[in-house]
Amino acid sequence: MTINLEIPRKFKPLVGQAHTVATEVFRPVSRRYDREEHTYPKELDFLAAVIGGMSDGGGAGGAGAVGSRDSPSNGSAPEGSRNGSNLASALSIMELCWGDVGLLLSMPGQGLGNSAIGAVADDAQLERFGGRWAAMAITEPEAGSDSAAIRTTAVLDGDEYVLNGEKIYVTAGERAELVVVWATLDRQQGRAAIKSFVVERSNPGMKLIRVEDKLGIRASDTAAFSLEDCRVPKRDLLGDPKIQPKGGFAGVMQTFDNTRPLVAAMAIGVARAALEFTREKLAEAGVEVDPDAPPHSQPAAAAELLDMEADYEAARLLTLQACWMADNRKPNSLQASMAKAKAGRTGTDVCLRCIALCGSAGYAETELLEKWARDAKILDIFEGTQEIQLLIIARQLLKKTSADLK
Amino acid sequence: MSVADRSMGLGLKALNSLAGSELVDRIGLRKPAERLLYQTSRNGVRAAGAAGRTFSAASRLGRPARLSTVSSSGVFDLTPDDEQRMLRDTFRAFGREELRPRAQAADAACEAPAELVAQAAELGLTMLGVPEELGGAVTERSTVTAVLVTEALAHGDMGLATAILAPAGVSSALALWGDADQQATYLPPFVGSAVPAAALAILEPRALFDPFALQATARREAGGFVLDGVKALVPAAARAELFLVAAQLEGQGPALFLVESSAQGVFTRPEPAMGIRAAATATLTLEDVELPGIALLGGGDPAVFGACVHRARLAWCALAVGTAQAVLDHVIPYVNERKAFGEPISHRQAVAFAVSDIAIELEGMRLTTWRAASLADQGKPFAKEAAIARRLCATKGVAIGSRGVQLLGGHGYVKEYPVERWFRDLRAIGVMEGGLLV
Repeated sequence: MTINLEIPRKFKPLVGQAHTVATEVFRPVSRRYDREEHTYPKELDFLAAVIGGMSDGGGAGGAGAVGSRDSPSNGSAPEGSRNGSNLASALSIMELCWGDVGLLLSMPGQGLGNSAIGAVADDAQLERFGGRWAAMAITEPEAGSDSAAIRTTAVLDGDEYVLNGEKIYVTAGERAELVVVWATLDRQQGRAAIKSFVVERSNPGMKLIRVEDKLGIRASDTAAFSLEDCRVPKRDLLGDPKIQPKGGFAGVMQTFDNTRPLVAAMAIGVARAALEFTREKLAEAGVEVDPDAPPHSQPAAAAELLDMEADYEAARLLTLQACWMADNRKPNSLQASMAKAKAGRTGTDVCLRCIALCGSAGYAETELLEKWARDAKILDIFEGTQEIQLLIIARQLLKKTSADLK
Repeated sequence: MSVADRSMGLGLKALNSLAGSELVDRIGLRKPAERLLYQTSRNGVRAAGAAGRTFSAASRLGRPARLSTVSSSGVFDLTPDDEQRMLRDTFRAFGREELRPRAQAADAACEAPAELVAQAAELGLTMLGVPEELGGAVTERSTVTAVLVTEALAHGDMGLATAILAPAGVSSALALWGDADQQATYLPPFVGSAVPAAALAILEPRALFDPFALQATARREAGGFVLDGVKALVPAAARAELFLVAAQLEGQGPALFLVESSAQGVFTRPEPAMGIRAAATATLTLEDVELPGIALLGGGDPAVFGACVHRARLAWCALAVGTAQAVLDHVIPYVNERKAFGEPISHRQAVAFAVSDIAIELEGMRLTTWRAASLADQGKPFAKEAAIARRLCATKGVAIGSRGVQLLGGHGYVKEYPVERWFRDLRAIGVMEGGLLV
């Protein structure tokens, strides 16, 4: 036991591979798929195979957003610190998003729905859905952050649930093979009645309404669906089918404890891309940061870069902490939200400030920095906005319910 | 790592010192202290005995004793080890029971009570950075441990923590960079029963001060040195018997000099400041101070001076973390109890989100500080990490101090509560250079 905050030795190959993918595959096509929104990045099919190889070879539990499931049989070392799939996933996501966030979100088999399945599916479901690409459908036109207010209903009819409602902002919804849909079994019973269902994308009851045109992450499709008498086999409900007045919704929400640090990791990756680019541009302009000299006796640009590096590093370490806690099965919802809040705001803030420092090179489409700023903004919104994270943190620290602290 | 390996990290002497202290009883830590002492004595006696024999051999050989670097297992880990936990708990309790109740009076008096300083010395703080063969308590580098202890004490009070920890900065510097003569000459009192007051003096009184561009000078003369210059905000300077002074060594660069306060031309003048007033900060003036050749620490190596500056900055980071934690721990019950418009003010997002932000930034301050300290223990470069931690602790620490006062409103502004003091103390981060180090 030694306090150590460096990247684990055993994950260095994984990080290196992810960085290579980001450099060789993502960066060269980054601008193209930003311009050609809705064009499927076919390079990703080839990549899916590579990623499979990386997971198998590295033993690190996957390169994308999948790695959230603990393997209980594997926890044979109660003493000491475990560096597992949550940490591995975050580290590789940081690298891949240094390349391109939109492309990461479009990587086959790496959807947030996969995290939900990985976290709560039973063994038979894992068998059925394993290795397939799953998107996540929570938000509705009338319910965003207030996910307990969703109106999509699920009614049991024989061996099937019948789903009706509308879902929007489904990341990778057009391209994924499965969509994990949140629906309520009984709107009168509030959040306890909310369950998640794995719906085949080919299900005729789930109709694609549109694919959004967006500010950023244009390489990633964002779909809207209507569910019209969409029949889902009973066995495809994830978790407990009973309405538990206590703790049922909490179970669903627990998925976020694993996914929020991964979205934080995305913001870390973008922020680092922006900082590295800006550091180069400033060096060309004759400005270098001297870590030893007081910030105030350096050029303002250097001092600002140091400030941003400090926020970036705080966000990065908070993210690693949240993942490390998940790997070691320590309750981490406070730390997951702290990581998401800090990384989410830092990603956007850093990119926007970097543009100001880089001038036209930052703002023009000749470089990627302006795109990173647009991409970064979503990371302070999806998987829980900045404001929702602050609420979660405050409720935990102040021991308040959602009725007290609204 | 086995228990036996780990027990070498913290020697029997420190544990005995803890176990023998009445304070341990008073603050209710008898059981954990005894348990650890038992474990360590069972596994660590041979190590300590062997180390004891090395002491005289080391003296004869004339080699300085050095702490080994900490070997990392290559695993990301935020768990303090047993010894670190025990020390943190002990000093957290010491801070709560002994520092906090005396903080306001000490702040007003601009002085740490002498008996409190003696009590703290009794707990072995000056031994935590010194190798066993020199009478200290450790065999490995202990920067992380020092950070945890500093955090814990600052949670009690930053000003008193600074006063108490300043001598440990000098003893740790001697352990890290002293040659055999310097260690033999200066370290024994720091590991004895009457620990001298001592402090690291780097800061100089001017705007945009840069520790790597010093105005204090040292010139070589007759096998020794002559020092001139002015040092600002030196903790406990009036009581200090020994200073470690930063000065520009003629034709070489910034360097560190051991200056006994009894030397001709050494003057101190009280320089109370906005905060950390219990540290009794003073101006240290050096006028043609003649020093023997033994005074130059680390041979004037720029790397030694750099590491000293970085370690001092980390000490201030750790102080900021402890104090910011005190702010958070204070505002949580306050905003829950304080009512306005018929309900606790914590039911308002404007208030609740301020608390969330304090918690987020505090945790970032802590983790960046730990990372730099851990790299220092592992013998890896940590200049950039220390700079980042310092920047973060300075900006966020100050903001947390200000937010603490804001959340309490008028109550934050009056001296009935400690929050206005934390506001003043936290402004020290980013201003202070030197004073103490981890």
